[in-house]
Amino acid sequence: MSNAPVDHGRRRFLTIATSVVGGVGAIGAAVPFIASWSPSERARQAGAAVSADVSKMEEGQLIRVEWRGKPVWIVKRTQEMVDSLPNHENRLRDPESREPQQPHYAQNRHRSVRPEFFVAVGICTHFGCSPTYMPNEFASQAEGVRSGFFCPCHGSRFDIAGRVFQNVPAPTNLEVPPYMFTDEFTILVGEDEETA
Amino acid sequence: MKNLMNWIEYRLPVVEKMKIHMTQYPAPKNFNFWYFFGSLAIVVLVNQILTGIWLTMNYEPSAEGAFRSIEYIMRDVEYGWLLRYMHSTGASAFFVVVYLHMLRGMMYGSYQKPRELLWIFGMLIYLVLMAEAFMGYMLPWGQMSFWGAQVIISIFGVIPVIGDDLTLWIRGDYVISGATLNRFFALHVIALPLVLVILVFLHIMALHEVGSNNPDGIDTKRDNDGTVPEEAVSKFEFHDNFTKGGKKVIIDSIPFHPYYTVKDLVGLAGFLFLFAYVIFFMPEGGGYFLEPPNFEAANPMKTPEHIAPVWYFTPFYAILRAVPNPLFGAVAMFLAILALALLPWIDRGKVRSVRYRCGLHKLNLVNFCVSFVALGILGVLPATPLYTILSQLFSFTYFGFFILLWFYSKNEKTKPLPERLT
Repeated sequence: MSNAPVDHGRRRFLTIATSVVGGVGAIGAAVPFIASWSPSERARQAGAAVSADVSKMEEGQLIRVEWRGKPVWIVKRTQEMVDSLPNHENRLRDPESREPQQPHYAQNRHRSVRPEFFVAVGICTHFGCSPTYMPNEFASQAEGVRSGFFCPCHGSRFDIAGRVFQNVPAPTNLEVPPYMFTDEFTILVGEDEETA
Repeated sequence: MKNLMNWIEYRLPVVEKMKIHMTQYPAPKNFNFWYFFGSLAIVVLVNQILTGIWLTMNYEPSAEGAFRSIEYIMRDVEYGWLLRYMHSTGASAFFVVVYLHMLRGMMYGSYQKPRELLWIFGMLIYLVLMAEAFMGYMLPWGQMSFWGAQVIISIFGVIPVIGDDLTLWIRGDYVISGATLNRFFALHVIALPLVLVILVFLHIMALHEVGSNNPDGIDTKRDNDGTVPEEAVSKFEFHDNFTKGGKKVIIDSIPFHPYYTVKDLVGLAGFLFLFAYVIFFMPEGGGYFLEPPNFEAANPMKTPEHIAPVWYFTPFYAILRAVPNPLFGAVAMFLAILALALLPWIDRGKVRSVRYRCGLHKLNLVNFCVSFVALGILGVLPATPLYTILSQLFSFTYFGFFILLWFYSKNEKTKPLPERLT
């Protein structure tokens, strides 16, 4: 036993130094516990963006890709389809896409990045059925509108930009997922310039 | 035998602790029925832990197996239906007794000095209880489990900048999935119950340090300076911890055991009548304890027509919906709970019990109860324009309770306090 007087400055330094080192260690030890909650590799793979080659699509054709377990439509619209969009806007619930059902770059009349390509999640916003694509015969559901989407479950109607008509059960326009063109004819669904 | 007792007592003073917390613990003699709910909350907690452990023996925590395993428990496991209904009804019963327990605290000013910390522990218990109930409701993996979780988790998404990453981190997937279910299961069965039990322990320790308040809100531990009349002093023997070697005198009090343990048994009997009635005759609680959509397996492709949280969350859900901006709505909801936690400092009055406070305070307390119940009703209804306006009105009166209280409690005209318990 030493009877030397207590060196308070040294004791304080050692206490603080030990606390700091211990604190850093505690933070380090917390990393695996917190990081473990992030999506697993398997979940990340399942949720990864999907690319689609649209170079061979014909005018008016619809193709489906699966993204995060949901069907995503890609429609190559004809010029006539695009030109017809303003004609029936007085019959739509949300013609200007004010509801946040799309990324900001698709908040326009054609609800897409390029007017001819329409990309949307093919699930009715009412009860999750998948609506039917009617490129030419949609007038039987909505008078004077040649093309659109009709949900067979409860009769919801959407125009060729996925905008919902009034007086149908679906409350909002079809959802547009984030997507971008990686080159002229390749669409990457699930990722855009902001999330990449 | 006596030697064994002494041997143990020397190493772990069990008898001594029993005296301090039970047989020589002084409790004011005028507790009314409002004082049942603290002990009832403990009974319900024990019920939840016990039935919960038994449910995990047959429950399958996975997106594929959860709903099926609940059906298995309900139909094939011996008494599985009873264990599950005791657990699901217990969840609602927990909130019933906790809300009444909190109202008691508000009526008799039990949050005021020196019981602020006791009140804070109580509010922490309430918060953990809400998290526990929310996660438990997700486990059956029915439609309302899934979509309720969708709504609640998306509340975190309104936080600027980090919101989206935070919800991704909470879900552990891009959508609510088995990953979310499994982590909520882990939190529900081990993490949060552990925290809950520790908080309940601290709540009771903090209570036994300062002692119970009473319906008159006056102190029953007085300085032994000769001013206390002889006949007021309790004739019972209380532990030296409370009398401080004769420096304090304890008036109008009785030992917790056997007097209040026996009284609480009466409350327990009454509670069990109601509890058993619900379990056996209306286990779904009229669609409020277990909501109809939850009898259908979770389907991410199909949104139920009307999503309402379970009844005990609806007052805060109504406040959330009353504000048009989602971020401010979430902030308002958070403030609604924070305001309750800050009650000891919002109320600047010196008189505790509503019995001796001004008429305005009585009215204000009624205003609080009416607002809370009205918000609770509005929270289960769909958000029509009329109901939204009503929700806004009652959110206003809910917060108004705290604002008014802060102003009038400073220089409140109160009635004279009695010298002894009435």
